[in-house]
Amino acid sequence: MKDLLIVSASPHISGKLDISLAMKAVILALLPAFIFSVYIFGWRALLVTVITIVSCMISEAIMQRMLGKKITLDDGSAVLTGILLAFNLPPGVPLWLPIVGSVFAIVFAKQLFGGLGYNFINPALAGRAFLMTSWPSFMTKEWLIPTGSTLSGIDSITSATPLTLLKNPANFGPPEVIIQRLNEMATIKNLFIGKVGGCLGETSALLLLIGGLFLIIVGIVDYRIVTGYLVSFGILAFVLPTKANLPFHLFSGGLFLGAFFMATDWVTSPVTKKGRWIFGIGCGVLTAVIRIWGGYPEGVSYSILLMNVFTPLIDRFTKERIFGEKKKGVKL
Amino acid sequence: MTILNSMLKGFLGGIHLSENKFTENLAIEVMPAPKLVYIPLAQHAGKPAKPIVQKDDFVKIGTKIGESEGFISAPVHASISGKVLDIKQHPHPVLASAECCIIESDETEDWAAGMKEKHDYENLPKEELLSIIRDAGIVGLGGAAFPTHVKLSPPPDKPIEYLLINGCECEPRLTADHRLMLEYPIGIIEGAKLFQQILNTKHLIFCIEDNKKEAAKIFISENEEVRVLKTKYPQGAEKQLIKTVLNRTVPRGGLPMDVGCVVQNVGTCYAAFQAVKFRKPLIDRVVTVTGDGVKESKNLLIRIGTSVIDVVNFCGGFVDQPKRIIFGGPMMGISQYAEDVPIIKGTSGILVSKEVSSYEEGPCVRCGCCVDACPMGLMPTEIYKLVKNKKFLKSKDYGVLDCIECGCCAYGCPSKIPLVHYLKYGKNEVWRLSKK
Repeated sequence: MKDLLIVSASPHISGKLDISLAMKAVILALLPAFIFSVYIFGWRALLVTVITIVSCMISEAIMQRMLGKKITLDDGSAVLTGILLAFNLPPGVPLWLPIVGSVFAIVFAKQLFGGLGYNFINPALAGRAFLMTSWPSFMTKEWLIPTGSTLSGIDSITSATPLTLLKNPANFGPPEVIIQRLNEMATIKNLFIGKVGGCLGETSALLLLIGGLFLIIVGIVDYRIVTGYLVSFGILAFVLPTKANLPFHLFSGGLFLGAFFMATDWVTSPVTKKGRWIFGIGCGVLTAVIRIWGGYPEGVSYSILLMNVFTPLIDRFTKERIFGEKKKGVKL
Repeated sequence: MTILNSMLKGFLGGIHLSENKFTENLAIEVMPAPKLVYIPLAQHAGKPAKPIVQKDDFVKIGTKIGESEGFISAPVHASISGKVLDIKQHPHPVLASAECCIIESDETEDWAAGMKEKHDYENLPKEELLSIIRDAGIVGLGGAAFPTHVKLSPPPDKPIEYLLINGCECEPRLTADHRLMLEYPIGIIEGAKLFQQILNTKHLIFCIEDNKKEAAKIFISENEEVRVLKTKYPQGAEKQLIKTVLNRTVPRGGLPMDVGCVVQNVGTCYAAFQAVKFRKPLIDRVVTVTGDGVKESKNLLIRIGTSVIDVVNFCGGFVDQPKRIIFGGPMMGISQYAEDVPIIKGTSGILVSKEVSSYEEGPCVRCGCCVDACPMGLMPTEIYKLVKNKKFLKSKDYGVLDCIECGCCAYGCPSKIPLVHYLKYGKNEVWRLSKK
């Protein structure tokens, strides 16, 4: 029999971007920061990352098998969740902790809600938050001293990360001296390059910036979220009463990792243009509020998680204006 | 600055495509009349024509075989001379199957009385011009095939200030309008002037994308007002074109005449010119035949009703077993299921593929690409989810009826969701429910 003609819906051509390519691009953008992390924290950083990636992939495969779905490890989303979770862990954590975090991220935050596209919070951040509340001592103490520098990036102060120093300077010496040294150019430079202690992948603002700009240029990351986040946070960090200067706040902690790679997660951020501005600004405001007034030294992950929860609401109230429509928004 | 500029002047959304206009340097060839034509009685938006010939009648080129039914309709004419074999259901490029008049050629190529002779038209009143255009079965040749005389008869309370002639041809691959502009600019200008006379508009603007600069130059040298537009898909969509050229926004659910505009395709202008000057009805049109599945790509002047297999054979035949035949461009064209489907008035291109890549629909990852790309300001991702869950009335609130089916959303979707398919389905269901 003659082959029948294929009847398909228009359009009959399709763009090159698919999910697996997008995930690969994000992984590529994270690679410089990862290599740097292995350089400054040693093989331990590599080990932790491999553990999270492998346990994320295994959890994903087992869950999809149990739920009777097609196993989609080849889309790269589980690998990316693993990398992002590892980037959010102190490099010295006991090695069972990344496994627990990965299982929680994939099983509870992602697959039980329907898998890729249906999770309402960022799985990697959910994994981190779970570990943070369950084993706070491991999550806030197992820092490693980076090669050729000190944990704080300041000579002679080795026992705390820069943001911990800023939160409780009196625990580590005379407060005025410590604050003054945090604001020194040498410290800012260490922060920017990444020669300070902190979570595995968050330390190098420079390399994360390069990766993030690459993703914006290729159109995978939306500039609105990143700009809204960094600018609103920057304004608040400048205006609100805090003892550190603006560059210190911008380059310390996980701000760049959060702004470029976590807040911009497709699934858990709004789809409307206006909504993305609101989402980014919301993240920035919450981060500043937690850092400056909150109990934690760092607020990036919780602020993004909180805004993730608001995403459906933001989408609902920031509908795009239909061409030729007079009133703003559509009546609900 | 470019963002600001496009926000102020152009339309929002849209995408940049590889144009792949490989046939732009090939002159229009005339395809000889085929042995058999299948002329559908429904070739236009509105009511199908009513057949006025019977089986075994003899017709000549230009004989009216279908009379228009009502105002929004158009007559249909024989495109070859010969014998009416039958009037029956036959594959149709848009409607799947429809009533067609099948004519067998007697190879005399005789024209019906009074045709092919030059007529003076300078002093004709506009009612007369309008009725000539209606009787010639002229419809919009850009693709939608809306009867031209209807567009040229706006109600008296809607004065038309601007007549835009659409030479954008923003679909990739298609070059039929481009060739027509290069080879028959005078006919197009004359046709446009006729429209201008009928509508009594002050301004006449030729709108051409900047990938057809040569064509634009010709119109400029004829002292016509030309607007060269940045190449961006879907620049040739009516509402988007008006927004770009005049910065006027057609209201939601409205028509171009609501903002004092009428848009006509270049091919329509040329057809109207021939109708008025030679009393020649719309019996042929320029079609781009291309794709990896056909031996020779061509720009052809083809008789309406010619089956696709005859056209392909004239172009050297299929390269291999064809996998897909599309009528129209790759973005909005309709894929065909039969090789004897006829070319109709709205057919601008024939794309034959021997390879077809198929995609599996993945889950929506809410990347927002479709929202950014939609030139109508819709949220395809939300609408598709509503349609998938059969919440049709809610999808109407989200603007499913505003969709122009341009395909920008589905083109860029990383999950390869056939969004246009879902939105078309949603539209049909909304119409069905509102009829009840």
